[in-house]
Amino acid sequence: MEKMARVTTALGGNTITGRTMFCHLDAPANAISVCRDAAQVVVAGRNIFKIYAIEEEQFVEKLNLRVGRKPSLNFSCADVVWHQMDENLLATAATNGVVVTWNLGKPSRNKQDQLFTEHKRTVNKVCFHPTEVYMLLSGSQDGYMKCFDLRKKDSVSTFSGQSESVRDVQFSIRDYFTFAATFENGNVQLWDIRRPDRYERMFTAHNGPVFCCDWHPEDRGWLATGGRDKMVKVWDMNTNRAKEIYCVQTIASVARVKWRPECKHHIATCSMMVDHNIYVWDVRRPFIPSAMFEEHKDVTTGIVWRHLHDPYFLLSGSKDSTLYQHIFKDASQPIDRANPEGLCYSLYGDLAFAAKESLISSDSNRKPYIGDRRHPIFFKRKLDPTEQFEYISSSSALSVFETDVESGSMDWFVRTAKQYVLAGRPLAELCDHNAAVAKELDRNQVAQTWTMLRIIYSSPGTVSSANLNHSMGKGSASLPLMNSFNLKDIQSGMGSESRLDRSKGESRPENILMDSSSTLINNDENEETEGSDVPADYLLGDVEGDEDELYMMDHENPHAEEQEYILPQEAFPLRHEIVDNPSALDHLQDKADSPHVSGNEAETVSLTPVESFSLISISHSLYENRLPPDFFSPIVRDMLLFYAEQGDVQMTVSVLIVLGDRIRKEIDEQTQEHWYTSYIDLLQRFQLWNISNEVIKLSTCRAINCLNQASTTLHINCTNCKRPMSNKGWICDRCRQCASMCAVCHHVVKGLFVWCQGCSHGGHLQHIMKWLESSSHCPAGCGHLCEYT
Amino acid sequence: MMDHGEAADGGTPVPNALPAGEQAAVAPRGLDPGRWVGLYSRGERTREETMDALGRELLNSIPSTGLSQGEMEESRGLHRTLLLLLRLSQSCPFGETQEKCSQLLQALQGRGIKTPQQLGSGPSSFLPVEEILQEGAESAQRRIFIEAFVSTGRVDNITMVMGLHPEYLSSFWRTQYLLLRMDGPLPHHKRHYIAIMAAARHQCSYLVGLHMGEFLQAGGDPEWLQGLHCAPQKLRNLNEINKILAHRPWLITKEHIEALLKTGENSWSLAELIQALVLLTHYHSLASFVFGCGINPEIDHEGGHAFQPPSPRSCDSSPASEEGVSGSGGRDAMQEVEVLMERMKLLQECQLEEDGVTQEEMETRFELEKTESLLVNPSVDIAEHSLPHNVLCFVEDPSFGYKDFTRRGEQAPPTFRAQDYTWEDHGYSLINRLYPDVGQLLDEKFQVVYNLTYHTMAMHRGVDTSTLRRAIWNYVHCVFGIRYDDYNYGEVNQLLERSLKVYIKTVACYPEKTTRRMYTHFWRHFKHSEKVHVNLLLLEARMQAALLYALRAITRYMT
Repeated sequence: MEKMARVTTALGGNTITGRTMFCHLDAPANAISVCRDAAQVVVAGRNIFKIYAIEEEQFVEKLNLRVGRKPSLNFSCADVVWHQMDENLLATAATNGVVVTWNLGKPSRNKQDQLFTEHKRTVNKVCFHPTEVYMLLSGSQDGYMKCFDLRKKDSVSTFSGQSESVRDVQFSIRDYFTFAATFENGNVQLWDIRRPDRYERMFTAHNGPVFCCDWHPEDRGWLATGGRDKMVKVWDMNTNRAKEIYCVQTIASVARVKWRPECKHHIATCSMMVDHNIYVWDVRRPFIPSAMFEEHKDVTTGIVWRHLHDPYFLLSGSKDSTLYQHIFKDASQPIDRANPEGLCYSLYGDLAFAAKESLISSDSNRKPYIGDRRHPIFFKRKLDPTEQFEYISSSSALSVFETDVESGSMDWFVRTAKQYVLAGRPLAELCDHNAAVAKELDRNQVAQTWTMLRIIYSSPGTVSSANLNHSMGKGSASLPLMNSFNLKDIQSGMGSESRLDRSKGESRPENILMDSSSTLINNDENEETEGSDVPADYLLGDVEGDEDELYMMDHENPHAEEQEYILPQEAFPLRHEIVDNPSALDHLQDKADSPHVSGNEAETVSLTPVESFSLISISHSLYENRLPPDFFSPIVRDMLLFYAEQGDVQMTVSVLIVLGDRIRKEIDEQTQEHWYTSYIDLLQRFQLWNISNEVIKLSTCRAINCLNQASTTLHINCTNCKRPMSNKGWICDRCRQCASMCAVCHHVVKGLFVWCQGCSHGGHLQHIMKWLESSSHCPAGCGHLCEYT
Repeated sequence: MMDHGEAADGGTPVPNALPAGEQAAVAPRGLDPGRWVGLYSRGERTREETMDALGRELLNSIPSTGLSQGEMEESRGLHRTLLLLLRLSQSCPFGETQEKCSQLLQALQGRGIKTPQQLGSGPSSFLPVEEILQEGAESAQRRIFIEAFVSTGRVDNITMVMGLHPEYLSSFWRTQYLLLRMDGPLPHHKRHYIAIMAAARHQCSYLVGLHMGEFLQAGGDPEWLQGLHCAPQKLRNLNEINKILAHRPWLITKEHIEALLKTGENSWSLAELIQALVLLTHYHSLASFVFGCGINPEIDHEGGHAFQPPSPRSCDSSPASEEGVSGSGGRDAMQEVEVLMERMKLLQECQLEEDGVTQEEMETRFELEKTESLLVNPSVDIAEHSLPHNVLCFVEDPSFGYKDFTRRGEQAPPTFRAQDYTWEDHGYSLINRLYPDVGQLLDEKFQVVYNLTYHTMAMHRGVDTSTLRRAIWNYVHCVFGIRYDDYNYGEVNQLLERSLKVYIKTVACYPEKTTRRMYTHFWRHFKHSEKVHVNLLLLEARMQAALLYALRAITRYMT
């Protein structure tokens, strides 16, 4: 309580002052209620029943109503209410089912006035009529509500909810005869006090028990309810059917709701379990509480506004045995802690930015977004002029900035993703292929990286000796170039390679040379720092790789051919079309767990032995003293980090997968996971499901790998009887027919199967596609208008 | 709209018929029960085909001369297949499969193979078979049996007995299915291991045996079944809480929870712990049901069958020869029912009659009921039957048992006030937060069992039994120290006869001591299904009591 605010409010002649304060009770409180004059509060619980005077600085115990040597269960209160007409009159609901009234005007020590032992089970709630002095209503676990006239010994009328336990009863504030009751089964009933035979209206408000309700003090038609389903709902009862007009989702079951006086849309809530805070919500802003009181250390069991017309003072009792007075000035406002700005990139580099309007408007003078700001969209919320207690203007603006079409094009991403091969071939081939793909898309830097990776990691024997000789000559030729570029240039160039390409890449081969030679320098320098004498072979070997690249460039045609060959590559090997035969059923039974089978198939593909070892040629001796690939690990790691940093997580992940164990241990698991998730997220946003699936499958992170093991169940209906299929096999147990028939060719479908969600018919993907090109009706002839999207 | 059904890699998404473990455990011999998964299929044709294949192979594998003794014993595959056939011939919900199995067994017998015989008759040793296996059972009941059979490969005896109350069974089945087989924080084999630990506390060899099989099927390490000392430390840490929940749930404190959750190598996550707690309480109370209804061992488990023809003596133990109802006791029993009816009516009609009763008196009545429950200890003369090692090895500190918390002269732990921590408000809210689906199902299950009634009592119809049911429910809670402020415990005394109290107390607190005598001695004129109903109330009340204690401890830990 560092920040103690003192608040004074004048209400008529009655002045309320105070500060945030609390006092210890001896026992947990179950409920509290406040006297009409706002100067006293009564606290009731299993082992406590006391009246406190609310003074300026503190609570002062005024009266202990729990008297007698061995207090009986009648003192064990589930609820308490102080009459708003007569300040001497109190009523409690005892856990043993007794309703007790108390008269403070009695001269004796025991203020107990009347006992009503009509309920058979615990009474959950008692409620005085707002204007009638002698009328008391109770709701009990036994499913009955009873109305008592305090001048008589017994109840005047009994209302049977005809359903489960009553959790709350509340007299309507404006309608003299109406009261609302909430039930354990989720219903709310409206009753006319004159008609005990049946309810006027009933509706289901919540899923599970409705713990509480509260009529709006001003708007006669509004009723707020709170339930175990963690919702607070506001119902408009003016219409024929109760209409839900607001709904607030909280984080725990709602135990109490209380409208805030003088604020049309504010409501205070506390929860039954787990969450100890008291929230005050603006029902129009259901996502963030407008104020929050965090003082209690156990669940809050009772909340009440101190005065009928004062919105600044809230009293609360709790299971932690404290009674609090909260001052609104001291409330914490979650909105202050919330980040008021939101920022998000779209797939194509567009940027959406939402912020408080004040922030935006001050910025708009600057107008820094030159051409990019094509059509910023604004959302504004009008302030409600009648709302005087709005602390923070809730209006915000959303702007969308579009990048120009050219630079923002993510075409290269999609094409790269589709064309890269990540597994299933020897490393060298993978690298070569991917390098070619990159080059095709004018991403030379990436291409270079792939090439170098091949050189570093793949067995040198794959390079034919002829090629090698060739490269020796040219390699030396490229050496002079080294001096013309320095490293820094390259670094800056790397960031925006496309620009670099355009500015310098008049002739492509040259550009490549530049890249390669600069990397050479890089390697060279590394060598020097190591302080070892560089074997000439090594240098040559390195250059050879680049040369190889050059060599490929020279022969445009074969290159193109290869491209063609690669293009149709799918994320996973397509299943060969299976010849449909009647005996297919047996197969189905055999492969009871076929989801695994296909997985294995893919694995065996990726595990095909590297064939190239046998090709080790004469030149082998030349490379005997070549550095081990481990030596480059730090560089490769830096390279991966660099690409990730640049936002090209695609490259990072692809390299990670291709290199596999060679590099994996160099990078900590969490970073890898982060990369994988980013890449998968991107792929999925581009709807490249197959590729993302392949990446998931190839990843070695456990967290990623199990991604596509979740929700693998596909619920299907039998094509014949249209009812859900049982969980075993493809045969419907109702009509005993195979459900996996193609509606077009009437054969059993294995492999890709497409269904209509509307009529459950389907078949081979190709067949259905073809069929629906020409017809819009279902091929099965069921008359359903199927749609293929 | 068309929907792409690229199930995984375009394969046909046939769900796993059996967990991989089943296949792994296959014996090298050709005849292994694991291969006949098709028998559990829904499809009639599949079953038929599998059955035919099984028959062919079985008969082929046996030379017409029959097998020598040595060969018989050697072939475990054959042994298991025979048991499978015997089980199916008794409990398969599909009539034609049942029949074929019996035929096959007979054919084998004809070839000189020693076929197993069922020991005891029917699923329960207390209830006569005819009661449980009524021909043309209700369709609801049959549907659940089929569901159980198809998804787990057997209709166990518990399910059969519960089938007397189909409405409850379906709720029970869904909960158990979720707990054991659906997604959850704990791996499947550990769930079964926890079930074993829980059942072993009550020396319930039936459940232990059942779940040892399931544990292996789920791919559990057979090593663990050597005993608790072979299980990982994490599971062993659960032992303390298991012990307490089984016998004296009121002793559980937030320190126990803290100890399990504190970070460390073998720590539990809150979600895991909740599932474990639900499993533990579920199996403790299920053990009560097993003993309370005298569930027989599964046919294909130890003690459920014999390869020798039954000796005449074992026939005697079949409950068909009912001695309780007939004879001189008949008239008395009739009167008992009438008296009970009368009392219920009185209680329901004139609640106000005893207005004069002071609160102190109500309090003393609860205390009285509690202390009196001390006296209804079961006769001590029942010898501690020696237990097979394979159950005891899962128990540490076997001497820890139920102890009345209101021993004179000792400081009793404070009474649990039902209104301060109810299932509907607090328990549900907590569990729903940590393990969502199960909260809903448990809530449903409690409601179903609490409201279950057929408005019958013995030979009477149209009876409102709510007071009686509430008395039983509250008595069970009373035995575990939970008190309802709004309940007059005098009613318990009026409605529950002594023999019933003894039975309830025994089944709830030390089920292993239940005897057939106890079962037959209470409510001698009531139907068996009504006695099973009592057991269901007992099961759920007990589970709720233990859960409330456990959840309250967790709540305290969290605040």
